[in-house]
Amino acid sequence: MSLDKNRVRTIANLARLEVRDDELDHLAGELSNIIHFVEQLAEVNTDGVAPMTSVANMELPRRVDEVTDGGCQDKILANAPEQQDGFFLVPKVVE
Amino acid sequence: MSRSDLTRLTMAAARDGLARKDFTAVELAEAHVAAMEAARQLNAFVTETPELAVDRARAADARLAKGEGGAMEGLPIAMKDLFCTEGVRTTASSHILENFIPPYESTVSANLKKAGAVMLGKTSLDEFAMGSSNMTSHFGPVENPWKRKSDPKAKLVPGGSSGGSAAAVAARLALGATGTDTGGSIRQPASFCGIVGIKPTYGRCSRWGIIAFASSLDQAGPMARTVRDVSIMLGAMAGHDPKDSTSAPVAVPNFEAALTGDIRGLKVGVPKEYRPDGLSSEVETLWNDGIAMLKDAGATPVEISLPHTKYALPTYYIVAPAECSSNLARYDGVRYGLRVEGKTLDEMYAKTRAAGFGKEVRRRILVGTYVLSAGYYDAYYAKAQKVRRLIADDFAKAFQSVDVILTPTAPSAAFAIGETDDNPVTMWLNDVFTIPTSLAGLPGLSLPTGLSTDGLPLGLQLIGRPFDEETVLKVAEVMEKAAGFTAVP
Repeated sequence: MSLDKNRVRTIANLARLEVRDDELDHLAGELSNIIHFVEQLAEVNTDGVAPMTSVANMELPRRVDEVTDGGCQDKILANAPEQQDGFFLVPKVVE
Repeated sequence: MSRSDLTRLTMAAARDGLARKDFTAVELAEAHVAAMEAARQLNAFVTETPELAVDRARAADARLAKGEGGAMEGLPIAMKDLFCTEGVRTTASSHILENFIPPYESTVSANLKKAGAVMLGKTSLDEFAMGSSNMTSHFGPVENPWKRKSDPKAKLVPGGSSGGSAAAVAARLALGATGTDTGGSIRQPASFCGIVGIKPTYGRCSRWGIIAFASSLDQAGPMARTVRDVSIMLGAMAGHDPKDSTSAPVAVPNFEAALTGDIRGLKVGVPKEYRPDGLSSEVETLWNDGIAMLKDAGATPVEISLPHTKYALPTYYIVAPAECSSNLARYDGVRYGLRVEGKTLDEMYAKTRAAGFGKEVRRRILVGTYVLSAGYYDAYYAKAQKVRRLIADDFAKAFQSVDVILTPTAPSAAFAIGETDDNPVTMWLNDVFTIPTSLAGLPGLSLPTGLSTDGLPLGLQLIGRPFDEETVLKVAEVMEKAAGFTAVP
């Protein structure tokens, strides 16, 4: 199927990517082209095929639920664009 | 030995030279630092770490003097800028991570450090490893050191996404380099730059500390100039890591010991679906020559069928963008990376991500978000996961009757910067022969075996059973000897 400008705007919003109005036409064309390309999978019969979620032929390992790391607030904040009193700072969320 | 003699050594020869005290690790590091600085026009490195290299080389000399050297003690390598390195800027070649300095070290780079390897710097890549040309890097394209005979002025791409690593190894700026491969990102640049590269089995190398692109496909591997060298380096990189839940709890064999030179009686699969219409005649000839070399060495070529091959590319371009859109959700301008201010939190996210990601990355995030969105998930993502199983089953069936599979690595030699059209799907076709292996999680190696009529290297790919890198390396070494590829850029 083809994607129109509104669909692209919705996807961009879901992805939290700002897209300018004058980019929408071009993006809709590009994304439609890609979606057409991948849609050839529809011709493959996959009845009864289990989805492959991992190529690693192993059980997900389990471990005891305990604290194994921590006490490194400085390291965690070291790359923060804005921080204060040991917290990450973001624009005000609650009025 | 002169500096240029030192940079022309193989890793194995440098290791032996250090053991014999023909030269020191500091001399070896300084020769490579000088080569790296003299070759800046290639733009292979995002960040050079010459002081760190000399410091580590000095420490290596001390350990060697005490007889305590590791498997790669004193060997200078380059690190793809996707591996987090403690205290050294790690960018993924993206604007959004342009100033990111990890407070931790990836497992693979830590393993290499423990083995004594000396890091020269961080190499460029396609942004977040998404590309096949290194042209999507925020820091500009990387130049392939090879030139066309017909047009020596044309600047060629090194391939991608591990393009900086491939260019650095080919130009003798490093003895080896790390790469990562999601759909061909080690093998295709190795082919374009005339070097050897192996993507091991999924789970062989830990993904911990490697900036994630598509987690069910990403795998680290070595790039170097000989099969023996990638064997040495893979041994140092690999190993089980409890910090990566998909890291396989299997022992690391001595890969170098697998290079016995004896492939008599091995069955080599030749998939008929890898001869698409329009495959260039020189790639076809290269492939036929490779089959003949293995036959001469006592192996038996067997025609096999991998019937779902043509669906690998569309499957990949659903699975990889879907995982990419999830993985890259973490870049939000809050904890690390670029921030562009906005009036609300959502506006800050959206502005930050629009400014921080390049065109190809944005495109893949949008495709991934779409195929995972409500109402489309089953038609696209679940469908692709089912076809992925059929592709993996094709290989499993083929490996019941063959020991290794031989194919071309890429459909062409390196192309020039700016020579491609704007259609992203055309660029994706570069990985048509490497993507099926990635989807199946199998080891794949690219080896240069010949030159195009225009004087550019061309590679062949060997694919093995899960965790049977040893057979792949053994066959590759036999083919390396038979091909006698000695051309240099």
